[in-house]
Amino acid sequence: MLKRRLIPKLQMKSSQFGSSSKMVLVTTREYQKTIEIGNPVSQAKIYEAQAADELIFLDIDAPAHQRNITLDVIKRAAEEIFMPITIGGGIRSIEDFRLLLSHGADKVSINTIAIENPDLIGQASSIFGAQCVVVSIDYKKESDGTYRVWGQSGKLYSNWDVINWAIEVERRGAGEILLTSIDRDGMRQGLDINITKQVVQSVSIPVITSGGCGLAAHFVEGFIDGQASAVAAGTYFSFKDENIMQTRAQIKNAGVPIRIHT
Amino acid sequence: MKIAIVKYNAGNVESVKNALNRLDLEPIISDDAEILQTADKVIFPGVGEASTAMNYLRERKLDEVIKSLNQPVLGICLGMQVMAKCSYEGGHYECLDWFNAEVVRLEPSDLNLRVPHVGWNNINYSSGSILFANLPASPDVYFVHSYHMQCSDSQDEIANCEYGGNVTVAVQKRNIMAVQFHPEKSQDYGLTILENFLRWQS
Repeated sequence: MLKRRLIPKLQMKSSQFGSSSKMVLVTTREYQKTIEIGNPVSQAKIYEAQAADELIFLDIDAPAHQRNITLDVIKRAAEEIFMPITIGGGIRSIEDFRLLLSHGADKVSINTIAIENPDLIGQASSIFGAQCVVVSIDYKKESDGTYRVWGQSGKLYSNWDVINWAIEVERRGAGEILLTSIDRDGMRQGLDINITKQVVQSVSIPVITSGGCGLAAHFVEGFIDGQASAVAAGTYFSFKDENIMQTRAQIKNAGVPIRIHT
Repeated sequence: MKIAIVKYNAGNVESVKNALNRLDLEPIISDDAEILQTADKVIFPGVGEASTAMNYLRERKLDEVIKSLNQPVLGICLGMQVMAKCSYEGGHYECLDWFNAEVVRLEPSDLNLRVPHVGWNNINYSSGSILFANLPASPDVYFVHSYHMQCSDSQDEIANCEYGGNVTVAVQKRNIMAVQFHPEKSQDYGLTILENFLRWQS
């Protein structure tokens, strides 16, 4: 039976060290505040030792720095860890896909560019296969009660309703959706189960839900009530004294089919 | 042992190389006929899409080279699919015709199951199978695909998994083995499977 997946999210930005820069690991809160917490490759190795199912690396300030430092992280991570890696952040073109896939990424996630140039979804899907193309959808609840999609880490309003955009990206050839609640990001108050479930029921591709995990129970809700194929978490695995194995055991005890690796 | 990984336009040769480096091996990534033909073992990986891959192989006459190989060959994911007679991915394309099989889209009978088939699923392998030695009974390995191989000769199948019906996940015939999942992405069980292939004397 296909298992549900636990996916640590490694959010990175560039940091200056004297005259050079490199990528550091951060956590975020409502996509605004960032706190630096370490080295992405070292943390990836820890997650692998804890048998995470996959990893997602997100370059959250991509336009502000040169691509090569992100490529360096991916290359070094791919040399050391033997699980699937998804990379996102600042991807703008087919060439970007090609570059990241050849440096060790298995899947590439696009967010803002999918909104600005949705044809790219289908192009990437036909060249690289839909299984390589993850469309990342960030959403917020608006004052009128609707849920709208935002690009550029919550700075670019798109006017798309989140459910309609999810349907559209599948229609255009996305292989998976990474769905993140901006409101709940880093708040540790639980996932948005209502929107997760609506998106899952509106599409036939796998949905990775994200934003707000603070307890193992939140993951269980995401799988059972939200019906997500996977739950991704950034803050949850960074600060709390939670590790993947403990969380996995609690999820399994709740009856969710999940990989138990000893 | 000289190990060659076929270099072509279908993605993740580096991941396979990294996995072999972890096993303390130094494979050569190449599309050169002589290197491929004189290697002790050849790995044929692949991530992407069948017709693009086949066109690339044919343009460079790599399809002829691969068909001429007599030493053990391991196909992975798209590398397995192009070994079929033909693929229906995005049309109808002739492939390498090593296995009497067609590649068709996954159509799980349970409508709650999604395509692509993404994630960890457990496989059932024939007992005594060399490729799956030293593994527990039904190990989880990593899949990410929308199409799969359906064999006309059932004895070619050496492992399957359940995904809304039986899905063939590994085949073997003469000097060829091939797997639908990604051993280079399946952590320690995956590395064991690669080791088993590398130890195989066909």
